[in-house]
Amino acid sequence: MSVNWAALAEVFVVGLVSVAAVVALFATGIRGVSQRVTARAQGGSGAAGLTLAVVCFAACCAVVLYGLFLIIAR
Amino acid sequence: MDVPLLVAVVVLTALAFDFTNGFHDTANAMATSIATGALRPRVAVAMSAVLNLVGAFLSVEVAKTISGGIVDDLKITPAVVFAGLVGAIVWNLLTWLVGLPSSSSHALFGGLIGATWIASGADAVHFGKVVEKVLIPAVASPLIAGLIALAATYLTYRLTRSADRKVVSSGFRVGQIVSAGLVSLAHGTNDAQKTMGVITLTLITAGALPANAGPPVWVIISAGTAIALGTYFGGWRITQTLGKGLTTIDGPQGFAAQTSAAAVILTSSHLGFALSTTHVVSGSILGGGLGRRASNVQWSTAGRMVLAWVLTLPAAAVVGALASSIASTGTAGVIIVAAIGIVVATGIYLASRRRPVTPDSVVNDEIVVDEPLKVAA
Repeated sequence: MSVNWAALAEVFVVGLVSVAAVVALFATGIRGVSQRVTARAQGGSGAAGLTLAVVCFAACCAVVLYGLFLIIAR
Repeated sequence: MDVPLLVAVVVLTALAFDFTNGFHDTANAMATSIATGALRPRVAVAMSAVLNLVGAFLSVEVAKTISGGIVDDLKITPAVVFAGLVGAIVWNLLTWLVGLPSSSSHALFGGLIGATWIASGADAVHFGKVVEKVLIPAVASPLIAGLIALAATYLTYRLTRSADRKVVSSGFRVGQIVSAGLVSLAHGTNDAQKTMGVITLTLITAGALPANAGPPVWVIISAGTAIALGTYFGGWRITQTLGKGLTTIDGPQGFAAQTSAAAVILTSSHLGFALSTTHVVSGSILGGGLGRRASNVQWSTAGRMVLAWVLTLPAAAVVGALASSIASTGTAGVIIVAAIGIVVATGIYLASRRRPVTPDSVVNDEIVVDEPLKVAA
């Protein structure tokens, strides 16, 4: 019997990094939307918030799709 | 009993197990989305069913995933597989009745181990492999998923602290739906495969397929459909435990917990780690609860869940062993086991009707009309 510590560590590290990336991007995207809502309520355009949100959500989707691609294409 | 008929019985039993697996594990993917109101219960299970079916087709794992060296392939007969499946089904139904999210995979492993042990002796079970492939991942995966979910939840709240409350709550609902879909997909690629592996193995032992053959298309379709149907049937009892019993879940927590679970399951299956989706999801929900406020976690429910995890493998093994000792005596034995299995399943179903858990009682912030489900120890 051999415990595959390396693979366990890999699951932890890969999982932690990818989840942190997805969660951070998504949450930042939400902040972007929030900034836009606040700016528009005060009469501004909110373009900066919208840009931030679009970029973050797109990057978040890209990370998820890349992950799925890796699984399906193995 | 002649071989083709016995094989047909095993295939049907395997599909029945897949069905129980589907409705036992709906909770895994959908509990938090249902509890926070991101998805209506029926929509959630329908979506989960479709994604489970898709996942079953995506998988490229081969037939012998399930044997994986845990029991000696050469010593397995269709009657042994049948007995193991009966053990797994009975344990799955019992834990469903009391609303405990135990692992369907462990029930299956346990049933097969017990049945093999009785039929062919202890040396037909590779205990080293059991520890390596089942027990270590069982302990490690919920810990890993829980730690990641804890960090993710903390990060989520930290980053959105100053953001508009309305935007946060509607935004994370969308995030939750997507992440729940990912968990369903991961579940389809993992669990539907396990049944496909069992059916394929049976066909190989019966000589209907050459050794090392992959699952035929009709096996993939029927296994995927069985798990999808089971999912649509919905395991409201377990959904209630995971969505409400363990900790109070808000949108951001549900999103963080499910993203963590999906990532851990997908990473592990990519690296060839066999793990239980149930353990991973329970661990990540607990982590999501801790990441916000530790006092929100119902430790007594968590304790009962861990107890169920520890018991699952040996309990299914005992039922599998009993079934095996009768089934391996011949045709009459197989018929007796099948009859007892059907009686037990019907009894459990009737018992569940006396205290039903409906889709309406699994949503947070709603008055539960039914008598609240008490999770038995």
